[in-house]
Amino acid sequence: MSVLHSAPRFTLIDGLKGTVSKALGDHLVEAHEEHGELLFTVHRASIEDALRILRDDFEYQQLMEIAGVDYPSRAERFEVVYMLLSVTKNSRIMVKCTASEDTPVPTVTTLWPNAGWLEREVFDMYGVLFDGNTDLRRILTDYGFEGHPFRKDFPLTGYVELRYSEDQKRVVYEPVKLAQDLRQFDFMSPWEGADYVLPGDEKADMPLIDDPKVTESPKQTGAGAKADEKAAEKVSDAAPAEKDSDAEAPAPEPTEDQPARAKRKGKTTDTAEATEPKKGDAE
Amino acid sequence: MSNGLQLEESPTTGDETITNYTINFGPQHPAAHGVLRMVMELDGEIIERIDPHVGLLHRGTEKLIEHKTYLQALPYFDRLDYCSPLAQEYSYVLAIEKLLNVEVPERGQYLRVLFAELTRICNHMLNIGAHVMDVGAMTPNLWVFELREDCMNFFERMSGARMHHAWLRPGGVHQDVPEKLLVDIGEWIDTRLPELFGDAMSLVLDNRIFKQRNVDIAVVSKDDALAWGFSGPMIRAAGIPWDLRKSQPYDVYERMEFDIPVGTNSDCYDRFVVRVKEVYESAKIIKQCLRDMPSGPVSSTDRKVYPPKRGEMKQSMEALIHHFKLYTEGFHVPAGEVYVATESPKGEFGVYLVSDGSNKPYRCKIRPTAFSHLQAMDMMSKGHMLPDATAILGAIDVVFGECDR
Repeated sequence: MSVLHSAPRFTLIDGLKGTVSKALGDHLVEAHEEHGELLFTVHRASIEDALRILRDDFEYQQLMEIAGVDYPSRAERFEVVYMLLSVTKNSRIMVKCTASEDTPVPTVTTLWPNAGWLEREVFDMYGVLFDGNTDLRRILTDYGFEGHPFRKDFPLTGYVELRYSEDQKRVVYEPVKLAQDLRQFDFMSPWEGADYVLPGDEKADMPLIDDPKVTESPKQTGAGAKADEKAAEKVSDAAPAEKDSDAEAPAPEPTEDQPARAKRKGKTTDTAEATEPKKGDAE
Repeated sequence: MSNGLQLEESPTTGDETITNYTINFGPQHPAAHGVLRMVMELDGEIIERIDPHVGLLHRGTEKLIEHKTYLQALPYFDRLDYCSPLAQEYSYVLAIEKLLNVEVPERGQYLRVLFAELTRICNHMLNIGAHVMDVGAMTPNLWVFELREDCMNFFERMSGARMHHAWLRPGGVHQDVPEKLLVDIGEWIDTRLPELFGDAMSLVLDNRIFKQRNVDIAVVSKDDALAWGFSGPMIRAAGIPWDLRKSQPYDVYERMEFDIPVGTNSDCYDRFVVRVKEVYESAKIIKQCLRDMPSGPVSSTDRKVYPPKRGEMKQSMEALIHHFKLYTEGFHVPAGEVYVATESPKGEFGVYLVSDGSNKPYRCKIRPTAFSHLQAMDMMSKGHMLPDATAILGAIDVVFGECDR
């Protein structure tokens, strides 16, 4: 694919992917090239060694950034991505490793002093631990903050909000109260893969039943004898209108607005000519 | 006093030993350039250790971006470094364009470069003014603020907003600018900027007090500058001619002729002078843009990325559909991850964008320029006097909207 965009054009070194992969050897999990960016995935335990090789042998002098990414569906949900820059070769590469909440990543503060804050930020935002970082305090969030806000399962609104209390003469924390629900507009069209859950949709996913249950009376609940017995119990008397009795319900008393109707004079047979065709009509 | 005159003895601590003490610099301090709290351990007036506490302006921008479409997320970038808003947008739109592989017409590229450089001038005016004021001078700040005000007026005529422009868009710029604006900028570059800025700098650059406060303060070696992740004027002052506009050109920067000012001594004075020289280099670039800018469209004609103009919408059903889809659902960006960094006035401003193929960024990590510089505050100020801390901070050029995100 030809390059149409005008994003920064750094030097693309021929065969860099191969030579770096070879130098990383056993440390490497996967090398990947996409959108003109080289990405090396390495084992977590050897991230420090891998970056040392890149810094010392490949002249990537600067660590510009460490980014955390959260993929909650993966077994090791976090990715820690290191952006390296070589000012002598004018080249950028990314190196990453995976981590979970309880698997610490070896620190790279031994290689670059500015990794300290960058690791603190990833720890603060995602809760990734860095083994060997002697100053792993929170950095961007408030003093005494709980949780790791950039995790995908952390709500956008957070859990607490704060205000100045006139009574206590200090800032107080309270649980978040929203005047209206947080609106998430989803404009993805439904036939392009958006996953809407409409009320009742959960029934559509129920497994098919091979042998459908059939009952003949309400007493056969299918839930055991105890339930059948319970179902057979009369909860209350039947409604008055449903009471069976031979006597016909008497007509309501006539009122002023609805006076008693006069008795019909003729019989049904008398009106037959009104509905039946007259003789001779056919002609 | 019985004998009338008595020589005052200089005070001593006697048998008492004085231990180091700790003070809070900020978070409400005019020289802290925002909300920075620095816990300083002092031995008398000598700084022993500095522990900067950042994050007082943390707004969770990166998390908010994950909940917005690509276009809706753009204005957040103006609000990061509010002194150079276009420079932040620049990295973001280039990252999106890199993932989409969309072409920007030439005039759009020239306009972007022109106004990015005007942003650089605008940013340096604020920093230069603030820096000289931090070390005691008043007048130059008032003068360069005049120039900053001119820049603001140009920006208002460009986008309608003085600070939060949201003018760069994936695929180009939002609107073409009036021809008169370009004429006025050209005139301003030729006359008012060199006159007023030259006058203001003539008061400072050779000023005895200014030099006393800045020369040989916070000297950083080349190796340290590299190891601490310095960029922008900070690394150039250390003598490393590293400028992303030159080495990793984006848009039409490779057609521009300009020099990279570098420092020789790597102190606060050098950082200041590098910025002063950069203003003149930016003026050169702006002039070249004005000279070479072709006419034509300013934004991509790919209607799956860039919405059509209103006139077109009135004529074409197709255009109406595109407009509706782009402003509701937004465009989808192919899955992948890129790290795009541009030369913002303060240094390398990077955006690490992860797309999962949907209409919202999966992850958008912002690399602020100030983070690495501020981290080196402890290393740079050790052994200096307390008042030097303001000079060092002024020379870093830190804005907390960007540092804390």
